[in-house]
Amino acid sequence: MFKKANRKLYALIFVLPTFAAFIIGFIYPFAKGIQLSFFKFRRLNKLTFVGLDNYKEAFQDKSFLASFWFTLMFVVVSVILINLIAFFVAYGLTIGIRGSNIFRTVFFMPNLVGGIILGYIWHQIFDAILRNFDKPSLVTNTSMGFWGLIILMCWQQAGYMMIIYIAGFQSVPGDLYEAAKIDGANRRQLLTNVTLPMMMPSITICTFLTLTNSFKLFDQNLALTAGAPYNVDKGLWTTRMMALNIYEVFYGEGSNAKGVGQAEGVIFFLIVVAISLVQLFLTRRKEVQA
Amino acid sequence: MAKVAVKKKAAEPKARKKQTKGMIVLTVIFSVVSVFYVMPVFVVFMNSFKTNSGIARNLYAFPNEETFNKLANYIKGMTFANYPFYKAAFWSLFITVGGVVLILFCTSMCAWYLQRSNTIICKIIYILCIFSMVVPFQMVMYPLSKTADTLHLDTPWGILVMYLGFGAGLAVFMFSGFVKSIPLEIEEAADVDGAGPLRTYFQVVLPIMKPTLISVAILETMWIWNDYLLPYLVLKKGVYRTIPIHMQYLNGSYGQSDNGAIMALVVLSILPIVVFYFACQKYIIEGVVSGAVKG
Repeated sequence: MFKKANRKLYALIFVLPTFAAFIIGFIYPFAKGIQLSFFKFRRLNKLTFVGLDNYKEAFQDKSFLASFWFTLMFVVVSVILINLIAFFVAYGLTIGIRGSNIFRTVFFMPNLVGGIILGYIWHQIFDAILRNFDKPSLVTNTSMGFWGLIILMCWQQAGYMMIIYIAGFQSVPGDLYEAAKIDGANRRQLLTNVTLPMMMPSITICTFLTLTNSFKLFDQNLALTAGAPYNVDKGLWTTRMMALNIYEVFYGEGSNAKGVGQAEGVIFFLIVVAISLVQLFLTRRKEVQA
Repeated sequence: MAKVAVKKKAAEPKARKKQTKGMIVLTVIFSVVSVFYVMPVFVVFMNSFKTNSGIARNLYAFPNEETFNKLANYIKGMTFANYPFYKAAFWSLFITVGGVVLILFCTSMCAWYLQRSNTIICKIIYILCIFSMVVPFQMVMYPLSKTADTLHLDTPWGILVMYLGFGAGLAVFMFSGFVKSIPLEIEEAADVDGAGPLRTYFQVVLPIMKPTLISVAILETMWIWNDYLLPYLVLKKGVYRTIPIHMQYLNGSYGQSDNGAIMALVVLSILPIVVFYFACQKYIIEGVVSGAVKG
């Protein structure tokens, strides 16, 4: 299609707009971000090279470490719950019960609403319920904040993953079941030996998606608890996840450690990449070809 | 990435299948869960018609004569808190439509060229695009907002460039996947007939890409419409706001706490999404599936 003579001209027309924006919106900020993580600065016009000091400081920053553990706990619980719920709901919706389409429509709906608005809605809902039972409000109790966030995320994400699982269930060829039944397989054997292996691609995708979504969660965290409550003894915001914590290091009140924030951003990025790669590698091994 | 065949008619029950006892029980369970699913949104809807004291007393009570506030919350919400809601709604709409159109137009061209030209540089750009999908926004947010300031991209027009750049990864990836499946013969035929690359692209390739165009449009719309942090950091503070920025301002400590008015605005922000959802549910679900399969 593209002959040698005019290749460059057409590259200008076809690729340049996207590529220029890609450099401005991604490549340059990314490279600059890595560079800045080795500097101390308040503003970009006065940088002092400090080597790995920002990283050392990041690993000693207790709010960063606390947010890491909080995020990790959140990720483990939410990934398991969301996938279990989504998997079984999808199963229930593909065996041909009445109203499957309506249920699917309803369960997917929360995904269209933004995290900020969802956070606000659930904040109101939770606080009203807790007040009814004379329990402490969401922003004064760490475990309430944690479970509130879990409920919110399950409510939102289960519908999304359900859609992907439904597509997975429907792509399992029916003759596989028939062949297995002729061979005398019972229901459990059908599930473990036919359905599950055939569903591995969907399970990989959904685990991958929930894992990175939960790890990178920001909007819902900000709108639901904004990190509250503050633990005075430890000097920590107890429900801050990593993304929110990095944001606060940069833009929070009295922040002057922007280099440390950038170093924490790089660490955050490396963790997300590492987890995604490991997880992808692990589940892919279990996939089978039909 | 693994392949999951996407059937055109998702979750369509096979014409009136006989309902066993277990299936009826499941229907009942799902019905109950559905009620709980819409409950939060319904509660907000109900409370948007109540007075503030009514909301504070009992969130779950229906509005009665004493607490019913007619449309007062909606009227107040429109101009509430030093930034009119309709302005935020307008900028949201402008940025979403502009961003999506720009992304569709530019990245589909880019993906086609990258796949068909396939030089080393093209491969590198393609890999960078995939790579950009994994990077969390917090890693680039500070340099990105500074870059936007320096280049004066802090307007609703300028931010479109940021969206094109940051959204290019997924879009280029999805379009490339589709271009790979288009047989070369079609384009060669156009070439033999004397159409140049531009003409081939607009008259032959673009129409074939329609399903992917719709999928990408849906995914990018859902992202940009609901995005909070990028516009918050990039747009000029106080001059331009999108709906999520406005809602977070009202929700946060600096906004006046007027739950009635906020809930009216929540209803107004959700309403267009619900209409959009019912109008193109089929495409949304297909878009989600194809985006996930390739992501």
